[in-house]
Amino acid sequence: MKAIIELKDIKRDFVVGSETVHALRGVSFTIGSGEFVTIMGKSGSGKSTLLNLLGCLDTPTSGEYLLDGCSVRQMGKNDRAELRNHKIGFVFQSYNLLPKTTAIENVELPLLYNSSVSAKERERRAIEALDAVGLHDRLYHKSNQMSGGQQQRVAIARALVNDPVLILADEATGNLDTRTSFEILTLFQELHARGRTIVFVTHNPELSAYSSRTIVLKDGHVVQDTANPRMASARETLESLPQNEDE
Amino acid sequence: MNFANLFRIAFRALGNNKMRGFLTMLGIIIGVASVITMLAIGQGSKRSIRAQIEEMGSNMIMIHPGADRRGGVRLEASEMETLKMDDLESIINETRYVAACSPSVSSSGQVIYGANNYPTSVYGVNEDYMEIRKYTLSQGEMFTEDDILNSAKVCVVGQTIVDNLFTNGENPVGQVIRFGKIPLQIIGVLTPKGYNTMGMDQDDLVLAPYTTIQKRFLAITHFQTIFCSAITEEYTEQAEEEIASLLRRNHKLGAMEEDDFNIRSQQELSTMMNSTSEMMTVLLACVAGISLLVGGIGIMNIMYVSVTERTKEIGLRMSIGAKGRDILAQFLIEAILISVTGGLIGVLLGIGASWIVNAVAHWPVFVEWYSVILSFAVCTVTGIFFGWYPAQKASNLDPIEAIRYE
Repeated sequence: MKAIIELKDIKRDFVVGSETVHALRGVSFTIGSGEFVTIMGKSGSGKSTLLNLLGCLDTPTSGEYLLDGCSVRQMGKNDRAELRNHKIGFVFQSYNLLPKTTAIENVELPLLYNSSVSAKERERRAIEALDAVGLHDRLYHKSNQMSGGQQQRVAIARALVNDPVLILADEATGNLDTRTSFEILTLFQELHARGRTIVFVTHNPELSAYSSRTIVLKDGHVVQDTANPRMASARETLESLPQNEDE
Repeated sequence: MNFANLFRIAFRALGNNKMRGFLTMLGIIIGVASVITMLAIGQGSKRSIRAQIEEMGSNMIMIHPGADRRGGVRLEASEMETLKMDDLESIINETRYVAACSPSVSSSGQVIYGANNYPTSVYGVNEDYMEIRKYTLSQGEMFTEDDILNSAKVCVVGQTIVDNLFTNGENPVGQVIRFGKIPLQIIGVLTPKGYNTMGMDQDDLVLAPYTTIQKRFLAITHFQTIFCSAITEEYTEQAEEEIASLLRRNHKLGAMEEDDFNIRSQQELSTMMNSTSEMMTVLLACVAGISLLVGGIGIMNIMYVSVTERTKEIGLRMSIGAKGRDILAQFLIEAILISVTGGLIGVLLGIGASWIVNAVAHWPVFVEWYSVILSFAVCTVTGIFFGWYPAQKASNLDPIEAIRYE
């Protein structure tokens, strides 16, 4: 199994005033291709800092981080931007779609920052990605005309469009009701089944049952790292939920 | 990141905020339109002044008697008798830069034909006067040297005289009009010139041989004015100097004595009028420039607000792979698009406004192509200059903080 993420003794310190805050105090783990990992931890556990590092938005104070074989630690801002553009797909809690913009334009966005993709190719891939998240009939709906679940699907399509080695989801179901959460989770499981590597950061312990591996952070340390060979099916859970009355 | 994509992104962002974009543009639109209109009005008046001066003869030089004091009383110029036949002959024969020269003596009164009469002036001149003052004949002919030698009772009249005396549409040429008791036969009619810059009717005159006026009307031997023309406009100054030294010699003036004549050229008039209209143009351009500056500050203000408002969007763009320079370029292009589009609309509006000013107020306007290019260039520079700071601010945002910005 090819390693997508390799963390070796990652430390990240922040200087706040005269004090130094140790957000991460030596984190090491490896995530291989095709894993669906939940990273959990309470607020203040270093989870957001780890997410920023994994997403190449930040660089560690010490330690080595290899993303798909590339060492991120010494990279400059622009190189990291390019790395994010090519290798990472982000899914945020609040969707972060461009307002008053159609689904297809939102999905095309990462490819606009990649000059090797032609306009035609861009459209084709955007449609393909929207197809993969089940929104092929909503291509030209504007972001403000869609429900939260649909918006998050567009955001996932946007994360898929550059064919990343890693999908990084930050509380991706945090803004959704239970039913929609499980719909999105089902989508993630489908993507996982198709071989995508997914890192799902959450504070909700219930969700760990639906991933293949759980990493728990506490006070900047990894306190638990367990594989979950019997992954629960989000689809089954979804079907067992009571139907919404208005549907 | 290629340019086409940056333009697409900037266009979409502007499209999402059409009203705001338009209001921001308004400052630039008004600025550019006023620059163009003001310069067009300035240029128009400058050109019309120039054209009218040329019509009067831009190389014309006028010599008046002057500075004659008798017992401390300054006399009216026309009563002084310092300009004589000798002076005229010297100017004609001894100068290099003077092309034509005509004396002038005038008398005013009623001109009478049949039952009609009209108040006007009769000018006694020679045949060169036509060339100096740029008059031409529409009918008949000009009097000749023989007529001058004989003090012939002939004249050439302006169109205003014809209109007022020959009310039945008779052919004026060959008719005899009376000026006081003296009959003058009309031998030619001048081509109408209309009113000059000062509002004088240039067709309200009668021209006769100067000898006729001197002997038969005024009983004098001096001239009231001598008109000359320099060989070209550029040599006006040399011609003036030449004339001045000739007259000083003829009048036997010592080195310390004041000139007893005044020489004035159209050039002085044109310089004076040009400087007036130039100052107006500069003032108008300043006002317009200030409005362009205010428009630019408007752009900066809106771009600044826009950057703050779109912090989250900037964070998202950065996290999906936009580099600092992509963000910088995006906001800069937005600012330039606003200013250039505003500039384009402003140019059209300015040309339209100039046309309206011309059509409604009948002011002469002229849209100079350089003013269009200039204001357009200023617009683009304004966009870059005032867009730079907010764009720089946007590109320096930290994606981690920007994406969580609420």
